[in-house]
Amino acid sequence: MSTKSKSIKGKTDFNQDERLKKVSNLKILLNRPELGALGGAILVFIFFGIVAGDTGMFSAYGILNFLDVSANLGIIAIAAAMLMIGGEFDLSIGSMIGFAGICIAIPAIYWGWPLWLSIIFAFSMAVLVGYFNGILVVRTGLPSFIVTLAMLFILRGATLALTRLITGRTQVPGLRVLIENDPIAWIFATDSFKWVFTWLGSMNLIALRTDGTPLATGIPPSVIWFIALAILTTWILMKTRYGNWIFASGGDKNGANNVGVPVGRVKISLFIGTAVAATIFATIQVLDAGSADTMRGTLKELEAIAAAVVGGCLLTGGYGSAIGAAFGAIIFGTVSMGIFYTDVDTDWFKVFLGAMMLIAVIFNNYIRRKVTESK
Amino acid sequence: MSDYLVQFNNISKFFGKVIALKDVTMKLRKGEIMCLLGDNGAGKSTLIKTLAGVHKPDEGEIIFEGEKIVFDSPKDALDIGIATVYQDLALVPLMSVTRNFFMGREPLKGPPFLKTFDIEKANKIAAERMGQIGIDVRDPSQAVGTMSGGERQCLAISRAIYFGAKVLVLDEPTSALGVHQASVVLKYIVKAASQGLAVILITHNVHHAYPVGNSFTVLNRGKSLGTYEKKDISREKLLSMMAGGEELDKLEVELKEMNRISS
Repeated sequence: MSTKSKSIKGKTDFNQDERLKKVSNLKILLNRPELGALGGAILVFIFFGIVAGDTGMFSAYGILNFLDVSANLGIIAIAAAMLMIGGEFDLSIGSMIGFAGICIAIPAIYWGWPLWLSIIFAFSMAVLVGYFNGILVVRTGLPSFIVTLAMLFILRGATLALTRLITGRTQVPGLRVLIENDPIAWIFATDSFKWVFTWLGSMNLIALRTDGTPLATGIPPSVIWFIALAILTTWILMKTRYGNWIFASGGDKNGANNVGVPVGRVKISLFIGTAVAATIFATIQVLDAGSADTMRGTLKELEAIAAAVVGGCLLTGGYGSAIGAAFGAIIFGTVSMGIFYTDVDTDWFKVFLGAMMLIAVIFNNYIRRKVTESK
Repeated sequence: MSDYLVQFNNISKFFGKVIALKDVTMKLRKGEIMCLLGDNGAGKSTLIKTLAGVHKPDEGEIIFEGEKIVFDSPKDALDIGIATVYQDLALVPLMSVTRNFFMGREPLKGPPFLKTFDIEKANKIAAERMGQIGIDVRDPSQAVGTMSGGERQCLAISRAIYFGAKVLVLDEPTSALGVHQASVVLKYIVKAASQGLAVILITHNVHHAYPVGNSFTVLNRGKSLGTYEKKDISREKLLSMMAGGEELDKLEVELKEMNRISS
């Protein structure tokens, strides 16, 4: 029944191309939600370029170091941003990280499962947790803030209680030996583009260890995941029907419902997204450290939301960008590592994080007013 | 066979003991604007929701293009071409004109399983459609929030027409608008009707309804007080009918009484 009715005719003095050219590229850029975060990231790099330019922060090793930290945060920040655009919060991301970690470690170490099966198990649990969060929020109509706050405590508590019950302690080490020859683990544990670094090392372009191998061995898996997710989510938001549904669900869920957007399903899928992103984060960290810790990921949900907000997401939903959240994560990751290269006491990082977020919220609010203002 | 596009015959709707609608009959031809007038609580909302397929009528029948039909959901109504534009318009202010226009019904392109939202095509159609109704969309990617109330109303109506509406049910399209904006919207409604759509215009504003309507149905306390062709009824008569004329008369008498006592 979606046949076009060609019945309405009227003015025809209309030339779309001519009009489009009147809008300058600068103005289009200014309307993008990620602008603030992009500008912030550039400022941060300029700042550390001046303050810490000669300290090794911008050596290959240094760059990979702060990129790794940024990427880890970025993986969950992007998912948090998608959910925020869809109009909801997930405060259980941090607890999900801890939970996913022991979902990998306990079956692999205590039950003798192959590592790949444990990883699949952890991701299955993530889908369940995300689905449960989503269905609770959609069915009850309660604020996701409350529902996922409850889940924050439930998951963290269950992680701690189950781990102590099964293992008698709160950490599960011994995973490193299982990574080798595992058909799946390499996806989360292998450095990429090693040959580039070997070559750079052989040309004496980057720092070497005493045995002649380069200090920076390759691009860490977190960075690859981060870039892949940033591209995928940006494509989804800008170029797909599902992306339009995410904006619509967050912008006005009743309106979206009235024109046929399956708002409930969209929101549930986004909750699954944050839980799965937390599990990607957890898998990378657990395999890198070789152990799972029940307290892993504590407070990460707030950092993820902060990065999403700095990236231009509105707390009220319906507006934001995944690439903005990625820049937000890069800002936080770079500052948290860069501060070690300066004379500033690292205690000041949290002050910076809070101030940055405050400025971002004020800025976003102003943008939102400008966007929604009537002529 | 009647020449009516859609007929609502003796529609009744009960909620428990409450009679929300009783024996309401409305008939519309193509190109006709029927104004549904009524004060708050007259049953307008219930009637709209019955037309839109949200409620099933407890009595009566709906006949569309000569055939009796039953709606199980709002989608059924939409599928045969009865489109309802609610007061909230189902528009998202933060989203672009294009993204709003195609919300939930995005045109796709590309291979199966990798279909993407065809933004170029959508932009072109949205700008074209808005241009046709005389709204200057400089950039279809601008946010709907930057548009005026009247323009938003026109966007919502234009969207309904584009997606195949034959009967347009408009819920208070002018209630939140100023005089100029309201006249722009009303002009567009007349234009839509002149192209063959049947329009049901729900309003409590006789001054907006009278100039554009072909016929008027007045609803009071869930009952239809009758349908009148424009030539058979004056604006003043309509006004007194829908406000419950006798109530206003009574009020006048009471006020006179009060004045007499106090003076």
